[in-house]
Amino acid sequence: MSLMSLTAVELGRKIKAKEVSVQEAAQAAMDAIMAKEESVNSFVTVLDEQEVLNRAGQVQKMIEEGTLNGPLAGVPVAVKDNMCTKGIPTTCSSKILSGFIPTYTSEAVKNLESAGAVIVGKTNMDEFAMGSTTETSAYGVTKNPWNLEHVPGGSSGGSCAAVAAEECSYALGSDTGGSIRQPCSFCGVTGIKPTYGTVSRYGLIAYGSSLDQIGPVAKDVTDCAAILEAISSYDKKDSTSMKREDLDFTSALKDDVKGMKIGIPKDYFGKGLDKQVENAVSAAAKVLEDKGAFIEEFDLGLVEYAIPAYYVIACAEASSNLARFDGVKYGYRTKDYEGLHNMYKKSRSEGFGTEVKRRIMLGSFVLSSGYYDAYYLRALRTKALIKKEFDKAFSKYDVILGPASPSTAPKLGSSLSDPVKMYLGDIYTVSVNLAGLPGICLPCGMDDKGLPIGLQLIGDCFKEKNIIRMAYAYECTKTYQHSPLSDRL
Amino acid sequence: MSKEYETVIGLEVHVELATKTKIFCSCSTEFGGAPNSHTCPVCTGMPGALPVLNRKVVEYAMAVGLATNCEITRNCKFDRKNYFYPDNPQNYQISQLYLPICRNGGIEIELEDGGKKTIGIHEIHMEEDAGKLVHDEAEDVSIVDFNRSGVPLIEIVSEPDMRSAQEVIAYLDKLRLIIQYLGASDCKLQEGSMRADVNLSVRKEGEAEFGTRTEMKNLNSFRAIARAIENEKNRQIDLIESGEKVVQETRRWDDNKEYSYAMRSKEDAKDYRYFPDPDLVPVFISDEWIKEVKARQPELPTEKLARYQREYGLPEYDAKILTGEKKFADIFEAATEICGKPKKVSNWLMVETIRLLKEHDMDPADIRFSPVHLAKLVDLAEGGTVNSTVAKEVFEAVFTDDIDPEQYVKEKGLQTVNDEGALRSVIEEVVKNNPKSVEDYKNGKDKAIGFLVGQTMKAMKGKANPGMVNGILKEILSR
Repeated sequence: MSLMSLTAVELGRKIKAKEVSVQEAAQAAMDAIMAKEESVNSFVTVLDEQEVLNRAGQVQKMIEEGTLNGPLAGVPVAVKDNMCTKGIPTTCSSKILSGFIPTYTSEAVKNLESAGAVIVGKTNMDEFAMGSTTETSAYGVTKNPWNLEHVPGGSSGGSCAAVAAEECSYALGSDTGGSIRQPCSFCGVTGIKPTYGTVSRYGLIAYGSSLDQIGPVAKDVTDCAAILEAISSYDKKDSTSMKREDLDFTSALKDDVKGMKIGIPKDYFGKGLDKQVENAVSAAAKVLEDKGAFIEEFDLGLVEYAIPAYYVIACAEASSNLARFDGVKYGYRTKDYEGLHNMYKKSRSEGFGTEVKRRIMLGSFVLSSGYYDAYYLRALRTKALIKKEFDKAFSKYDVILGPASPSTAPKLGSSLSDPVKMYLGDIYTVSVNLAGLPGICLPCGMDDKGLPIGLQLIGDCFKEKNIIRMAYAYECTKTYQHSPLSDRL
Repeated sequence: MSKEYETVIGLEVHVELATKTKIFCSCSTEFGGAPNSHTCPVCTGMPGALPVLNRKVVEYAMAVGLATNCEITRNCKFDRKNYFYPDNPQNYQISQLYLPICRNGGIEIELEDGGKKTIGIHEIHMEEDAGKLVHDEAEDVSIVDFNRSGVPLIEIVSEPDMRSAQEVIAYLDKLRLIIQYLGASDCKLQEGSMRADVNLSVRKEGEAEFGTRTEMKNLNSFRAIARAIENEKNRQIDLIESGEKVVQETRRWDDNKEYSYAMRSKEDAKDYRYFPDPDLVPVFISDEWIKEVKARQPELPTEKLARYQREYGLPEYDAKILTGEKKFADIFEAATEICGKPKKVSNWLMVETIRLLKEHDMDPADIRFSPVHLAKLVDLAEGGTVNSTVAKEVFEAVFTDDIDPEQYVKEKGLQTVNDEGALRSVIEEVVKNNPKSVEDYKNGKDKAIGFLVGQTMKAMKGKANPGMVNGILKEILSR
């Protein structure tokens, strides 16, 4: 059995107990990557083995000196390729950032490094986090470790696949409209999208700035709580960062949900939801009810407006955020051009993929004079109303329970041809980002094809502990299912 | 013919704020420096970098707003103005469109006929400056220097309340003075820390509707502004008179050729796709914060003008000139504080200082001498230690080299000679050597005494007490 079969916290404990060295852990990750990358393609960049081992050696020394003693010290991690890492190529899985090597490290990754993390590579994603399948990457599709014919979900598909394939102990993902929760659901792993402002966005290459949050991807809730604790911080460099006193997420790891109130939105269980997903999620609710939680169905309201509002806001912000990729300063520049405007046009036409171009155009359109009020402003108002609906719900419930995705992982190549259908798949996740709420996704069963099904728990702003506690209590009734790819070693 | 037309002018004035660091990062705003030496991921638009607002920028903008009678927007926001240009690393400029920090203000200007008029201020908003493009003709490449990228600016947008170049200059002058007093900027047009774009239209006198306006850019001096206004007014009137239409467009002034040309028309004006910057949170301005900024507000030109007349008994003419330049007012107050002779200090500033500034082609802001030294000189001159001719000579040295007058006079031996014996013997000698002049004087040519005084002063190397020389000479001649 590989050391990568352990959870991050288990491995950290063994390292601390000197049963395993940091170098051995790093070597196990590098070996797993060597063995599995050809099948799964979770990574855009795998770090040089010697560099990884050197870093592992330094961390080992700090652990021995006693300067590093957190639960994640020495544990190998993979980072989504939209977080800047000094000296390590960072591409957002886009051709336009080919060859870009950041001069600085994002705050979340810095926090992880201070906690003693050993980075093994940068994971694949949908280009600029735009997509739900990791098929829009310029560096090849990532495959689902449960079935290589299927997508891993997206946009943090590489991070979730790497964890499920056990190429690393845990990973960082980012979630703008479900990009952590949906691929977690498809890959049978656990991930948290924190309250907006909990993890610094400094160094996260923006897609939709008002929606983006970095979060953990791991095998279980315990890992996620420990990782979230490590990466959360108030950061003066991010104006939207929040000062919070309650970042001790691991304190919520209690197998006790007695008296907690769960609301289940009726609107989440209507047309379009796969029957097997519905059954698994309902069964999970029953488990929690049996453990003493109070369960009630309710009308959330405005559910059908979340997707249009999300796509208008996210694309509007993206159209501006992605303007800086112009061939002037870094990344890709077209070979032949005549003059500045031709250089801009050709670099961007050649550098961006279809889905990114589609969203830039959509975003530019909704911000154009004459359309701003009708689309962008209206979407902002809708966003505020959706937040109100959630506020109402959280005045009654501690947690909202539902699926993370209407279906299990679709087959490779079956999604991109119909973007609207693909966008509709985000129905259960985008409203959480619009309202800035925390959400967790964890496995709750399998469909008849052997593909994982995810359970989503949504909390009120700053109430990560509620969802962590409930997810942990649920998880205590199950054992972690390793993907078939994890056993290939 | 042009008398039938009225010119309507509004200004957009950009002012570079005097903060030590940039508006959204902690890089230095210092001028000069090797290209891209004052940069970081934020002001070079690196992926993932985020802006953080410099509170000092808000305070300067607030200070200018309060001093120009604006309302302060309690919940102001920043918006992105999207356009592609290589000097703009993010390809959007962070500015304020929907909720600018100041609105609905105005300042009073004095008209040529002595009357007063209020020029409305529509809004003041904060924004970031762009980098600088350097075109290397030899290599056929363009290079970008981001040292200026992110330097804080405020844009002061006036109402279309001005009717002539004189009013425009008066408005700009007043605005410049207020901002300099606040210490918010040095406001140098030539160096670009103050830039004005002129929006101008003409209409037949008495008409209620405005004509079509043009916007004039690249105006680097008050003179250029006056010339451009005159030129553009005539251009528009000529168009209308010949039955053509004024096109709404942006024009660029070439001050050497005294001519403007169209840069872009409204039809191809860009759609900037403004929207609130999601990376910045709204700026909440509390009562306390406004109070704090108000409390720190220095005395402004109008208040100072009144006080100089009241407190120091200066004539209005003096007070106007002294308060019309912050540097003059600063030196005046400091020197008067020391020597207690306001009118004398005023005279040195108004006569000798202004003369020397002209001679050296300098701005008052470039004055380097210490008010302590001016105060000492006033004391030396008034106490009779040096005579007025010597005092002027000493002042030149103060002006150019900021010397200490006491030391200078001592080292160079410039003290006025008051020793009657010494003077008398020199005068006896002069009278003896100039019998012709003595005779002229005795024959009623009073002017001849002037020559004899001059000869005495020459012999004394200018240091003689002129009063005593006159007295002794008259006494000797009347013998």
